[in-house]
Amino acid sequence: MKKSVFLGALTVAGLAAGAAAAGTLDDVKARGKLNCGVTTGLVGFAAPDANGVWQGFDVGVCRAVAAAVLGDANAVEFVPTTGKTRFTALASGEIDMLARNTTWTFSRDVDLKFEFVGINYYDGQGFMVPKSLGVSSAKELDGATVCIQTGTTTELNLADFFRKNNISYEPVPVETNAEGQQQYLAGACDTYTTDASGLAATRAAFENPGDHVILPEIVSKEPLGPLVRHGDNEWGDVVRWTLNALIAAEELGITSANVSEMSMAAGSSPEVNRLLGTEGNLGEMLGLSADWAKNAVMAGGNYGELFEKNIGENTPIGLARGLNAQWTDGGLLYSPPFR
Amino acid sequence: MSDTHAHSVAFVRETAIPPAPPPATEAGVIGWMRQNLFATWANALLTVVAIYFVYLLLTGTLPWILGGLWNTDSLAECREILQGKNAACFSVLTERWNQLLFGFKYPDEFYWRPGIAFILLFLAAAPVLFFDLPRKLLLFTAIYPFLAFWLIWGGTVWNPVFAALGFIAGYVVFDLYGKQNFAAGFFGGIVAAFVVWFLAGYIVPAIAPEQPVLEAVQSRDMGGFMLNMILGVVCVSLSLPLGIALALGRQSSMPLIKWICVVFIEFIRGVPLITLLFVANVVLAYFLPPGTTFDLILRVIIMITMFASAYIAEVIRGGLAALPKGQYEAADSLGLDYAQAMRLIVLPQALKISIPGIVNVSVGLFKDTTLVSIITMFDLVGMIRGPILASTEWNGVYWELFSFAAVLFFITCYGISQYSQWLERRLTTDHR
Repeated sequence: MKKSVFLGALTVAGLAAGAAAAGTLDDVKARGKLNCGVTTGLVGFAAPDANGVWQGFDVGVCRAVAAAVLGDANAVEFVPTTGKTRFTALASGEIDMLARNTTWTFSRDVDLKFEFVGINYYDGQGFMVPKSLGVSSAKELDGATVCIQTGTTTELNLADFFRKNNISYEPVPVETNAEGQQQYLAGACDTYTTDASGLAATRAAFENPGDHVILPEIVSKEPLGPLVRHGDNEWGDVVRWTLNALIAAEELGITSANVSEMSMAAGSSPEVNRLLGTEGNLGEMLGLSADWAKNAVMAGGNYGELFEKNIGENTPIGLARGLNAQWTDGGLLYSPPFR
Repeated sequence: MSDTHAHSVAFVRETAIPPAPPPATEAGVIGWMRQNLFATWANALLTVVAIYFVYLLLTGTLPWILGGLWNTDSLAECREILQGKNAACFSVLTERWNQLLFGFKYPDEFYWRPGIAFILLFLAAAPVLFFDLPRKLLLFTAIYPFLAFWLIWGGTVWNPVFAALGFIAGYVVFDLYGKQNFAAGFFGGIVAAFVVWFLAGYIVPAIAPEQPVLEAVQSRDMGGFMLNMILGVVCVSLSLPLGIALALGRQSSMPLIKWICVVFIEFIRGVPLITLLFVANVVLAYFLPPGTTFDLILRVIIMITMFASAYIAEVIRGGLAALPKGQYEAADSLGLDYAQAMRLIVLPQALKISIPGIVNVSVGLFKDTTLVSIITMFDLVGMIRGPILASTEWNGVYWELFSFAAVLFFITCYGISQYSQWLERRLTTDHR
């Protein structure tokens, strides 16, 4: 039996080798499903719920792309990846795109031969302290003991930050986030530092989250975004502009509630019309249907809706928009024009 | 003679004193405690300290366990109800019960299928494990792997049927030719099996019905403790015969076979299991054409089996080495050929000696199946570390989940260990 599976696999392999030459977009359309790499579980960003349905902020991007390409937000095969397997999964073609809180860095973009298509979450290293410490800024942490994951870039960022501000600190090395959480709660350190979204998720799991505050200082840049393989620019464009469509939709006031109405007929705003396909032929240029952006927004809402539903201030994670606000609101989200 | 002392001794007792009950300090509960717990001052001190620690442990854990909540919807709700009291939030187990056992993607209307496969596993294993049972039951054991595959994976019934036919064809050919020439029968059997499987590759798609009786479930949808059981059972049962073959091969006088076995064993033993799993998951993906998914569970089974069989081979080699040379020579002097000598004289004794070691490897292997969580398979530990702890409802529940995993693994491993002790007692033939 096992042998027949093996032979079968080899046969399929031979057939697939011929098909793989076509573009990813055609592959996805032919397959009728998008293979999207996500984490094996990160609070608020990607995790299956009690019914086994994937939920989360990164998951929302996958669903939007599936909706744009295939017209069905559920036509996604979520492939869970770890920090170690994510890049090989993408490079080997097991997944079509990776939406897994991956920091956009030079070497990943250039050396690993991937293409980051945009940024869906601006993260950065932050500090969490107990409220009782009475600290309101990281610059007041002179002489503090700091729980820090060893061997990470956060360790280096921390040293830089304290040196730059000419204050001292005592590191308490921890191995994992769970260990850091325990040490911090046990009072082994005054403050715990890691990515701000991770801090928020960690704090959300505390018995009394209100007793701890996340300080406003962000000491490093961690731009997280979806990525695709180098060399397939058509597919890269599809993912890039789907993400941009979600961001632009928020800016233009298109939500999952009013998108059907707005896409019925051309309205007064030319950019909305172009985005929703009632004017021009943007969809056709991408190789998609005219209502691609409408489908993407329908899948889970625009960028702001996705944010609020999964990691926003009304969820247990309670992240403020901060850098992830629209440029019109003082954030960094800035979609190139749909023209 | 009887008068000799009649005058010098005033009284001679003529009947035995009726046996008196032992003193209270030497019998019953008190006697047992004096002997075992308070024999000396040092022992008494240790006993008191030990009792104190047990007390501490129980007062710490019992209220936590007994006061646990079983039917809330989230950790936050648990904490609200407990109001700072120290008690467990077992609700995560009840809410995610199915996910813990079957993974989060196995369709819930089909849970009965792996359930039946699990129950039948005991039926199938019984005649192998308890050799006093009627031998005819082995027929079911032979059918079981195909039946279980069909139940768990579903799909057309012809797949497992043709797989079984391949094995039958191989056996028939071996039976026909193996008597005269072992090698001819052996390789002929393999060729026959492959011919059947090759033909099945064309026949099955043609005759498979549109709607199979049992709907197919993909390998990547398997998860939970079911995945641990599948990997553990399959890999242990495959690695035992492979390990025996490797151990015998290593002792072979034919240099080619000997060196193949030595290199295989030494190479696999020198590599960590997690490396092999990464090879199975990641590196193979580079060699196969893009878009191919050569079943991940199958890849992992191959790797774990290779790993376990190398270890079992060394354990069995130890058993073989422990046999006196006279046993081998006795077999030769009876005129037995190699296969007969091994089957009738050497292996039964060597395997008996090796039982503790084999069980050790099996238990270790079963627990090692949790390593697959690192290559993104959602076994029991993978389910806990990934989806469950990452859900907004249950983020922060550690003790309850990992204790549950520990209990499941303890039950299984303790069962294996108890069986092996029974087997050792049952096989004892020496006079101790």
